[in-house]
Amino acid sequence: MTTTPVKFYQVGSFAVGNRLLPQDQRSVQSDMERTNALTSGHRACQGCGEALGARYALDAAMRAADGQVIAVNATGCLEVFSTPYPESSWRIAWLHSLFGNAPAVATGVAAALKAKGHTEVRVIGQGGDGATVDIGFGALSGMFERNDDVLYICYDNEAYMNTGVQRSGATPPAARTATTQAVGPQPGNVFGQGKNLPRIAMAHEIPYVATATVADLRDLEAKVTRAMEFRGARYLHVLVPCPLGWGSASCDTVKIARLATQSGLFPVFEAEHGEVVASTPIRHRVPVEEYLKLQARYSHLFSPKRRDDVIDKLQAAADRNIKRYALLDEVRRYEAFEDEGAL
Amino acid sequence: MLKQVEGSVAVAEAVAYCRPEVICAYPISPQTHIVEGLSKIVKKGELANCEFVNVESEFAAMSVAIGASATGARTYTATASQGLLYMVEAVYNASGLGLPIVMTVANRAIGGPINIWNDHSDSMSQRDSGWIQIYAETNQEATDLHVQAFRIAEELSLPVMVCMDGFILTHASERVDIPEQSDVDKYLPPYVPRQVLNPADPVSIGAMVGPEAFMEVRYMVHAKTLRALEVIPKAAAEFQAIFNRDSGGLIRPYFSEDAETVIIALGSVLGTIKDVVDEQRAQGVSIGVLGIITFRPFPFEAVRAALKNAKQVVIIEKAFQVGIGGIVTENISSSIAGLDIKSNTVIAGLGGRPITKTSLHTLFNNATAGILAPLTFLDLDQGLVDREILREGAAL
Repeated sequence: MTTTPVKFYQVGSFAVGNRLLPQDQRSVQSDMERTNALTSGHRACQGCGEALGARYALDAAMRAADGQVIAVNATGCLEVFSTPYPESSWRIAWLHSLFGNAPAVATGVAAALKAKGHTEVRVIGQGGDGATVDIGFGALSGMFERNDDVLYICYDNEAYMNTGVQRSGATPPAARTATTQAVGPQPGNVFGQGKNLPRIAMAHEIPYVATATVADLRDLEAKVTRAMEFRGARYLHVLVPCPLGWGSASCDTVKIARLATQSGLFPVFEAEHGEVVASTPIRHRVPVEEYLKLQARYSHLFSPKRRDDVIDKLQAAADRNIKRYALLDEVRRYEAFEDEGAL
Repeated sequence: MLKQVEGSVAVAEAVAYCRPEVICAYPISPQTHIVEGLSKIVKKGELANCEFVNVESEFAAMSVAIGASATGARTYTATASQGLLYMVEAVYNASGLGLPIVMTVANRAIGGPINIWNDHSDSMSQRDSGWIQIYAETNQEATDLHVQAFRIAEELSLPVMVCMDGFILTHASERVDIPEQSDVDKYLPPYVPRQVLNPADPVSIGAMVGPEAFMEVRYMVHAKTLRALEVIPKAAAEFQAIFNRDSGGLIRPYFSEDAETVIIALGSVLGTIKDVVDEQRAQGVSIGVLGIITFRPFPFEAVRAALKNAKQVVIIEKAFQVGIGGIVTENISSSIAGLDIKSNTVIAGLGGRPITKTSLHTLFNNATAGILAPLTFLDLDQGLVDREILREGAAL
């Protein structure tokens, strides 16, 4: 990747010193005039990756659309923690209908805006992985196929967290959930075929598909901004660690998201019209074990008996991503190194 | 304009004259001709500022309608049978959110066993969904009810289901006076939403309501729905003033004022019933008809007043509650509670079984002779089902 011009990294982190940048290169969140689309006072858990991701994504969308945004939300944590009647944390026009229909409702909003000639107003659909990968999958595919003018954002925390951490189609293999318990000879979730929604979105050849994480919020802002440059169906898949569901420390949300990318388990890339056009290189490659160890949902892989067989299979999945998206490509690494200047 | 036209085509034209801004649909027999007609009108550019969205399921159809209506667009969709069931979650959501969507239900049976022909099982299953339900007797009325439906829906900010019998009405060609655009414009003002998604004045719609307020929210919906009993007759009266036709309203009495026996039904079967009643009245039988147009909310007081002189009612229903009996019957019973009126339920026409004049004559003769059973399944092959019941009993 990527489109962001900023490459000023502090040592050991991706934090960007906005103070040192010209005004127009600073992050959306550093802007005193930002929308605060999802404002404070909501009821998300401490360290919630979804709340963090949604705030950055929506504020970036609001800046890109000059404040002309309508958001449609699927049922789930984001909806529940943001709008306990009579309160609302949304400072933008916002509609929640059902669990499985957010993409179709967003289509309806876009159709109404088109009929009324308000095409300056942009539509965002959003939901968790359950709403996106499972129950709303048909509606999402329909929205993609028709190329409706909607940016759909999936905040993926890899299970049904709102109902108490049950397995979803996005739950990774071996992960413990309330419906894939760490018991029996093959503890945790099965090694299925997986359901890679960014790739499924790409198969629809929609104008723009991207992945991001809450470890690189500047990248998330840039992806949203880029997505808003297109018309038609766009898809953004954001990895958002969930301290409650993953059994991780609240203070580790960003760290775990970073380890997901640096291990190769979660590739960060962009695709246009069905083709990958950029991926974010791994800077400091780590074995998957470093990512797994911080999360209680994988603790059965380390005690009482270490399960190297399972860890190896997860490592193989990470290795496959690294190859598929050229995350460690030598030439690419060199260019990235050059770009990063400060190093 | 008078036209010899298929019911679906007439409805499609009438809906187009209502200037919908978003139409979405998923095809299901016997609704197809309506949305085909509308898609053609939109595609040809004859309906300005309208988006026709071909969706991938009925669940998406109602969901698109929800999004469009919440954005302030006049919104229409149509479905039937399994399609209506497939969208049920969104059907309840639309009424809960108070969105004035108009939907045609081309009434069809529900499987299994799968059956594409007409009865009222589909819309009757949604009687508690919070939608207003009005039933058309003829293609003229189906056409007119759609124009009224937008008016009623938008005045109340509630969705309206216009129910018309699948095939019997949707696929029948007959004379229909299709409303003129200028008259529809006179009757139906532009849609002004109660609440709308607008970036300039942002609101949150669809918040989670907990135990501390849910009862109140639901009561408000109840109170608003009851207002339909005033709004619907007003809408019909104003329709008559402009179009010079008696269409819609709550109920339609037909020689029921002083009849001893009153036949009660909904939808197109009323035509056959009236023919039979005409013939019986000519023979001096004291018999009349009460057509129910508005089924939700149910017009208890109007029905009670219409039946005050009756000695018995025969309720002909195209759907039933398995293990219980009539659905309309329960509402009629509530209406006439305390009055000395005998009530008979007749389940008829399930899955498209023809309801013939011959069968109705026999039925009404039995009723006036006082020998009609409280619950009858019209033209049931009793011998066949008795044998089957016996065989199943033996197998146990």
